Amino acid sequence: MFSLEHVVDLPLIWYALIIVAIFLYILLDGFDLGVGVVFPFAPSDPCRDRMMNSIAPFWDGNETWLVLAGGGLFAAFPLAYALLMPAIYIPVIIMLLGLIFRGVAFEFRFKASDRGRVVWDYAFHFGSIAAAFMQGVFIGSVVQGITVNGRQFAGGAFDWLNAYSVMTGVAVVSGYALLGACWLVMKTDGITQVWARKCAAYALGYVGLFLAIVSISMPLMNPAIRELWWSTPNIYYLAPIPSTSLVLILLIWRDLHAGREVRPFLCSMGVFFTAYLGLGISLWPYVVPFAVTFRQAAAAAPSQSLLLVGTIILLPAVLGYTAYCYYLFRGKAPCESAY
Amino acid sequence: MFEDLNAVTLARIQFAFTVSFHILFPAFTIGLASWLAVLEWRWLSTGKTVYAEVYRMWVKIFAVTFGMGVVSGVVLSFQFGTNWSVFADKGGNILGPLLGYEVLTAFFLEASFLGVMLFGWNRVSPRMHFASTVIVAVGTLISAFWILSANSWMQTPQGFTLGEDGLLYPTNWLEIIFNPSFPYRFFHMVTAAYLTTAFTVAGIGAFYLWRERHVSHARVMFGMAMIMAILVAPMQLVLGDLHGLNTLEHQPAKVSAMEGLWDTQREAPLVLFGWPDQDAETTRYKLEIPQLSSLILTHDPQGEVKGLKEWPPDERPPVAWVFWSFRIMVGVGIMMIATGVIGLVLYLRKRLFDTKWFQVWCMALTPGGFIAVLAGWFVTEIGRQPYIVYGFMKTAEATSPVSAGPIAISLLAFVVVYVFVFGAGSYYILKLIAKGPGILEPVYGDHGVARPPIVTEIGDREAQHV
Repeated sequence: MFSLEHVVDLPLIWYALIIVAIFLYILLDGFDLGVGVVFPFAPSDPCRDRMMNSIAPFWDGNETWLVLAGGGLFAAFPLAYALLMPAIYIPVIIMLLGLIFRGVAFEFRFKASDRGRVVWDYAFHFGSIAAAFMQGVFIGSVVQGITVNGRQFAGGAFDWLNAYSVMTGVAVVSGYALLGACWLVMKTDGITQVWARKCAAYALGYVGLFLAIVSISMPLMNPAIRELWWSTPNIYYLAPIPSTSLVLILLIWRDLHAGREVRPFLCSMGVFFTAYLGLGISLWPYVVPFAVTFRQAAAAAPSQSLLLVGTIILLPAVLGYTAYCYYLFRGKAPCESAY
Repeated sequence: MFEDLNAVTLARIQFAFTVSFHILFPAFTIGLASWLAVLEWRWLSTGKTVYAEVYRMWVKIFAVTFGMGVVSGVVLSFQFGTNWSVFADKGGNILGPLLGYEVLTAFFLEASFLGVMLFGWNRVSPRMHFASTVIVAVGTLISAFWILSANSWMQTPQGFTLGEDGLLYPTNWLEIIFNPSFPYRFFHMVTAAYLTTAFTVAGIGAFYLWRERHVSHARVMFGMAMIMAILVAPMQLVLGDLHGLNTLEHQPAKVSAMEGLWDTQREAPLVLFGWPDQDAETTRYKLEIPQLSSLILTHDPQGEVKGLKEWPPDERPPVAWVFWSFRIMVGVGIMMIATGVIGLVLYLRKRLFDTKWFQVWCMALTPGGFIAVLAGWFVTEIGRQPYIVYGFMKTAEATSPVSAGPIAISLLAFVVVYVFVFGAGSYYILKLIAKGPGILEPVYGDHGVARPPIVTEIGDREAQHV
């Protein structure tokens, strides 16, 4: 039976790949969900059409990263998938329903009458918020740990719901709003851009606030994380991560007011990167926090090997043609629907 | 509130509902993507704008359908975990990589190039645009390959061992991917998808012809659809028969349920209609054709056909569902073949495009493919019960440790949302059909640019051959 078990550290590689896939999902779908979050606050209907046009060619590809992250987790760490999904059953269902509403809105609103369009505008907005909020809830509830008995989830249906997970839910909504608004600063001009700048500045304030809350509360809640981050000499090695976040936030603030178009988006992705890195360091090496490590959850070596070969060959191609699509639809978004 | 519905039943209903809704979209888009590729190829090679206009109309319908397929498909990829976590844990070693390959080889391809297909008209060359359409079409087929391989493995599992920890471990990937029922299921399903599209297009084309609207476009739609009905519908009969024989070999209980046969017998009759009674172990009010079942299944009128009593009652599928779904599928298939035969006769008499009653018949058959696809999946999925991995793992042992309450509420939410959202989608598709194809500016040359005003006088003949 073909296996790369003795050649490479399969569970570790897969852990890294899943982490990267989830991060790419957060970045890519983050900005188009974020456009949905700020959508109804745009100054006019033509602005909204243009905002929609700026993400219409990409959203489907972006959402595919979610399927890859979910499918990858199932393939590489089936135990983690089997433990996490029942634990966050209700948030997952709500996220999926939200994604349905916002996903169909892309096609439906261009085909609806004026009255129908309002319905799909709100479907897009609330669907995006629901999906973003629930993704935040996943993070908030998972970092508090999952109740596991043997190979089964053993908690209750509402274990995920508490003030902390609601807070992280709001945090992710504001984070995506920042990404979305910065994307719009880059992809539009005129009144849409002026408005998007203001929007991004608001969102940036909330992002800074929530990052601070999470950065302080996580070590307070969990002694192991406290030990990891606040003990010497670790604190010196890890301090650059929150410091970089802070610098990036200040940079976005200045750029938004200085009229820069591209750098706020890049820097807001940077903020997400530092936050994600911090979270990753705190949760290492767990795949189901504080219950199952990535080595315990790893699929059989032949399974991980088979998919790894495919991933090595296909992922560069996927990244290649994804980049091609972004290149093809570069520049400011068109005002008219293109087809 | 849900006393008589346990978590397993609710999880099954929920999955049956979401997966049945989902399959309607791929069943349509697999064929539609391929047809759009053919249309664009005809346009590029002949320069006739009628093909581009038909393309432009149907690509909008494709976009709406594909969007609904994507969002309803994302749901399924999570339900393995939310509703069937024990199955996900035990079978993950085998099914995980297959689904992973589906995402990597198909989903990204489709999603990325769909953007080019829809929004790239003025940004890429016609050649590149055509390539995008072909890539999307190929993507849908690759997707079907992996998902049907995974499904077929659950029906006819092989190439694995059962570990001491209760997990399934792969031993031979080729045996897993190309498991015994996979080739049959793949070709049967892809052909079904092509026919679903063909009969939808035929119905819409017939509607325009009947109303005498968009006649030149309608002739393209109706004519191309009839080619499929004439050639592919009879082929499906052969493929279906082969698939049935394969099922007889690997899942004989399913075939017995399809036939409504309880007693093992030689010279088994074909039960045309009847009412299978699971408790009484008999099929009531039978209308039979002697020996035909033996003839079809063993290709020998004397052949022995197994009855459901060969299996203990708790290993039999719900017979009535399988029995009736099978008859619905076959019934629609026969109507499709008849359509092809009539179409051929009318074509030879040069009456294909102006026979009113035939247009009405084709309009009535518009949803035929969808009904047949659903019925077919009901046969194969209900027919393999009580197993989720045939012979190795029962459905009841596969569910998540989630109580009935959340499953019932989420089921209700899915029903409400799907009916609303996909109802709206159907309404917009009907609106697009009512609007019909638009007229494009004639295209000048093979660069796909609109004709410069200066050459308007030269005339169509030259413009088409530049």
